[in-house]
Amino acid sequence: MALVKMTVNGQAVEYDVPDNTLLVSFIRETLELTGTHVGCDTSQCGACVVHVDGQSVKACTMLAAQAAGSEITTIEGIANGDELHPMQKAFHENHGLQCGYCTPGMVMSAIELVEKNKGLTEQQIREGLEGNICRCTGYHNIVKSVQAAAQEMGG
Amino acid sequence: MYATTYAKAKDVADAVSQLKGADEGKLLAGGQTLIPTLKQRLASSDCLIDLSDAGLSGISDEGGSIRIGAMTRHVEVETSEMVKKAIPALAALASGIGDRQVRNCGTIGGSVANNDPSACYPSALLALGATVHTDRRDIAAGDYFTGMFETALDEDEVITAVSFPKPEAASYVKFPNPASRYAMVGVFVAKTSSGVAVAVTGAGQDGVFRHGGLEAALNSSFSAESIDSVAVDDSVLMSDMHASADYRAHLITQMTKRAVAAC
Ligand SMILES: Cc1cc2nc3c(=O)[nH]c(=O)nc-3n(C[C@H](O)[C@H](O)[C@H](O)COP(=O)(O)OP(=O)(O)OC[C@H]3O[C@@H](n4cnc5c(N)ncnc54)[C@H](O)[C@@H]3O)c2cc1C
Ligand code: FES
Ligand code: FES
Repeated sequence: MALVKMTVNGQAVEYDVPDNTLLVSFIRETLELTGTHVGCDTSQCGACVVHVDGQSVKACTMLAAQAAGSEITTIEGIANGDELHPMQKAFHENHGLQCGYCTPGMVMSAIELVEKNKGLTEQQIREGLEGNICRCTGYHNIVKSVQAAAQEMGG
Repeated sequence: MYATTYAKAKDVADAVSQLKGADEGKLLAGGQTLIPTLKQRLASSDCLIDLSDAGLSGISDEGGSIRIGAMTRHVEVETSEMVKKAIPALAALASGIGDRQVRNCGTIGGSVANNDPSACYPSALLALGATVHTDRRDIAAGDYFTGMFETALDEDEVITAVSFPKPEAASYVKFPNPASRYAMVGVFVAKTSSGVAVAVTGAGQDGVFRHGGLEAALNSSFSAESIDSVAVDDSVLMSDMHASADYRAHLITQMTKRAVAAC
């Protein structure tokens, strides 16, 4: 067993879990934060993306023990109370989702993309979201959402 | 995933001794290959030894070469001003690996140890004449890659760094598999003081290889047109659901032309 201590969405957590526990299982099953999704078993879909010390990471491809000591942010941690994060608001306003399965990962991936890169072109946004697969939207409205959020976020 | 234990190695010597002490110990670097295979039970291990605190990360300029620590992540190579200045083709190669999340975690040591036949880095090592440094020796790239997923590493050997001699010019062009982003064919062309080297990944039945015919043509005239006369033998190339050997042979010619044009 591994004693995993970390900060998740600003709160310190501490649990003893089997060493082979994936970070995504720790988040969904131990912490019961089910906004982070699992969409594949090949590390390709990005539905599980969270931030680990400010970097976007596929939580299905990291052990909880590897993330011990880190600051984790999940989709539940980005809104300010009832006020949506600009990226969430932009997805809402631009119809950037249909079934919503990919959305938490898209939003987390897009936030890091916009925070780290200024003046993103449409092409750069598409390339920046290569790790996130959406089976519904055809991506156009997702790209529009990220463009709108980038404006709002000063990108 | 089968049950396993997890421990951090505090340095390279500790990693080697933990490997020796385990039945089926495995080093854990960025986890971007190892964790998916463990999850699917394609691999198992009784002991995962995490290298993240073993002091193997960082990029340095050694004069004639750039040395990249084994735990250096793809994103660090992609954004390194030192690499962009000395070997821009290497930074560009790193920027095209997988996706941002894979590049935030995956390391050069993990990629080189794994020697996936479709991985990008092996072509750069071979074309640039890199050296693989381990806990016990230095291995020339030409002696290091020994077959598909096969390398010259001993069971309990740890890669510590890779050194890349600075070329006069170099370029890497890949035709990515549209789903996985791995190379369906990737060609690394390097111009060095000892001539032109052309390394091909994603295509060979035995993994990455240098193409003598393309090198000879480019050594006599370094131009995209000089490749037109070169026949690429498809009998040594892979055929799978992604591409036939014949199509891969065509891609090798085309990617080489693009790489030469970009040099
Ligand atoms: C969706 C996806 C897309 C990808 N696309 C590409 C691509 O386009 N091009 C590409 O090249 N790669 C691609 N990869 C692979 C990626 O680059 C991996 O990061 C890399 O192959 C393995 O590096 P790692 O640090 O993650 O190693 P790990 O997965 O941690 O380890 C891989 C293997 O290497 C061994 N190992 C690790 N470090 C050392 C060391 N220092 N010494 C000895 N042995 C060691 C491990 O024991 C293990 O067997 C992709 C991966 C994914 C999930
Ligand atoms: S669940 Fe698909 S990449 Fe993590
Ligand atoms: S909205 Fe359904 S998968 Fe993206």
